[in-house]
Amino acid sequence: MILQKIRTENMYLYYGNKMALNNVSISIPEKQVTALIGPSGCGKSTFLRSLNRMNDLIDSVKIEGNIFVDDINIYDKNIDVVNLRKKVGMVFQKSNPFAKSIFDNVAYGPRINGNNNKSELKEIVEKSLRDAAIWDEVKDRLHDSAMGLSGGQQQRLCIARTLAVDPEIILMDEPASALDPISTSKIEELIFQLKENFTIVIVTHNMQQAARISDNTAFFYLGELIEYNKTKKIYTNPDKKQTEDYISGRFG
Amino acid sequence: MNELKQKIDITKKKFRWSDYIAERIIKSVAFLSITFIVLIFFFVFRESFPIFNFSKDAEHKTEQDSSKQAQSNPNEIQEQYGVPAPEPEKQEQYGVVTSDTLTEATIQTSTQETAQQASAQPAKQEQYGVQTADDTSMIENYATSESKATEVSTTDNNKHALKTLVTKDWQPVSDNPRFGLLPLLLGTLKITIISMLFAAPLAILAALYTSVFAPKRLKEIIKPAIELLAGIPSVVIGFFALMIMASFLQDLFGYATRLNSFVGGIAMGLAAIPIIYTITEDALNAVPKTYYEASLALGASKWQTAFFVMLPAATPGIFAAVLLGIGRVFGETMIALMATGNAAMMGLNPFESVRTLAATIGAEMAEVVFGDTHYNVLFLIGSLLFIFTFILNAIAEFWVKGRLMKKIQGK
Ligand SMILES: Nc1ncnc2c1ncn2[C@@H]1O[C@H](COP(=O)(O)OP(=O)(O)O)[C@@H](O)[C@H]1O
Ligand SMILES: [Mg+2]
Repeated sequence: MILQKIRTENMYLYYGNKMALNNVSISIPEKQVTALIGPSGCGKSTFLRSLNRMNDLIDSVKIEGNIFVDDINIYDKNIDVVNLRKKVGMVFQKSNPFAKSIFDNVAYGPRINGNNNKSELKEIVEKSLRDAAIWDEVKDRLHDSAMGLSGGQQQRLCIARTLAVDPEIILMDEPASALDPISTSKIEELIFQLKENFTIVIVTHNMQQAARISDNTAFFYLGELIEYNKTKKIYTNPDKKQTEDYISGRFG
Repeated sequence: MNELKQKIDITKKKFRWSDYIAERIIKSVAFLSITFIVLIFFFVFRESFPIFNFSKDAEHKTEQDSSKQAQSNPNEIQEQYGVPAPEPEKQEQYGVVTSDTLTEATIQTSTQETAQQASAQPAKQEQYGVQTADDTSMIENYATSESKATEVSTTDNNKHALKTLVTKDWQPVSDNPRFGLLPLLLGTLKITIISMLFAAPLAILAALYTSVFAPKRLKEIIKPAIELLAGIPSVVIGFFALMIMASFLQDLFGYATRLNSFVGGIAMGLAAIPIIYTITEDALNAVPKTYYEASLALGASKWQTAFFVMLPAATPGIFAAVLLGIGRVFGETMIALMATGNAAMMGLNPFESVRTLAATIGAEMAEVVFGDTHYNVLFLIGSLLFIFTFILNAIAEFWVKGRLMKKIQGK
């Protein structure tokens, strides 16, 4: 039986008075790729960011309803947000490596967790870079600044940096939207490999991409979850007319 | 549409008056200001130049004589200026009201200490060392020692002065004047280090707090409040240090000399905090917000993010901030005059009085004889200050640029 890793129940999210998520209930299965699609401004990023409580950084945000990760309500008062974010990692739309060396970027997570053992760090860094399919490209210049990498390499480095913390869930917000087709296909391949070990939730603007890499697809529209099902079903025989219109490119 | 387009003629170069004039004005104002900066330095340095010149002249007797004559005129004028007594008399009463009552104890201790330090000194010099603490005695003594000084050949003084520049005694007004800059340099250095040890951590932490931790509303209060500190005239900070802080710190730490480099350093730190704070804050705010988010998303706590991501990313700016703070302390005159005790001493003890380069100019320039060796040396000090500050700013500028370029280009 497939475990449900993430579950939301009647979730509402407001920016001040403005509702951004309207009654979203969804369960996301473990070790699968779940894609969130929908037109710009429909609340995909907002939903994603509430799964690791990055929305806490925005003062005006108010959340109602429940979000469970492994059946623990992550908006409970006693939740340790810092540890939650170690468990639920995130890759951003715009690659954002620190202005440090490649090695230090990947080692940052383990280091702040108190791991200062050099050989262990080396191991973690190499493994993470290999898992992120960028090891061969950077192994000779681990101590060069990460800012010298290309956009696609930077994004894979950011994925490696997230992997180094050893999360269980990886949230990705349009990770390939700023990349060229070759880098994009590399990232897609990578995501396909990563789902063996991680639960992946990915926001994408690109419907072909969602169709290629995801097991489940959720279609959002104006803050509502319109339809959520197996990707195959959504793309071949959606239940709702809005979904069909969006997928066939009639709007958005 | 087509007819409209045809009216724009790009084949002929058009002369635009307004552009031309604006460009010229901007250019000339820019050059004017640059020229001013250069000229200021030039004149300051020129006034100090005779020091180096006279030592050569001494070898040629004729030139020496002519310069001696040239010197004698302004000296006489100065002498007359120094003699009329009514004004100092009035100041005596004024001085009693402001400083005597409170600083009497200090004057005595610092007089004694100066006496111990400068054992080879005639008695008048000891009183000279107290000058800022007690204006009246300074003026009187100055008048007497000045008239004596003019009897000695200025040329010989100049010849002698260059040799004494690198000694431990700053005794510009005596029968045997000595212009040792070492105690002044050391004093300035001590004050700078103390003030930076005090101000830099405070300002940087305050900036870190406002830019990373503080809620928005608090930030909107703290930032302008600290920046307002920059607007407080240094004479007010100096007065505060002299009257309140000095006594408080003395009670707290129980050292002997009331006005010393520690008090002065902290007072100057107060003046430097707003500068360091503002620039550090700007540097921290310039760190991309994505760094902050990325770090938090990796499971770092807020303070880990602040120390391991924000601060390192803002280092060039923070470095520049501290350098500018140092520049401020270097040049700060009023606070130094009021809070440091103004005794040119060589010790490393932070609780001893010191005299800074800038304070020396501030204290002595008004009474110095025009064209005298002492006068030249004061301008030499001015040039030194100018050069130091210039170098500091240059380092701040180029280092920051270099580092930024490196970070952006990723080398
Ligand atoms: N920080 C914010 N403050 C106020 N409104 C926001 C903020 N972020 C997003 N929104 C609004 O919430 C809605 C959903 O935005 P978002 O989740 O970014 O959409 P998507 O990622 O699907 O394009 C949009 O209408 C947007 O304007
Ligand atoms: Mg988005």
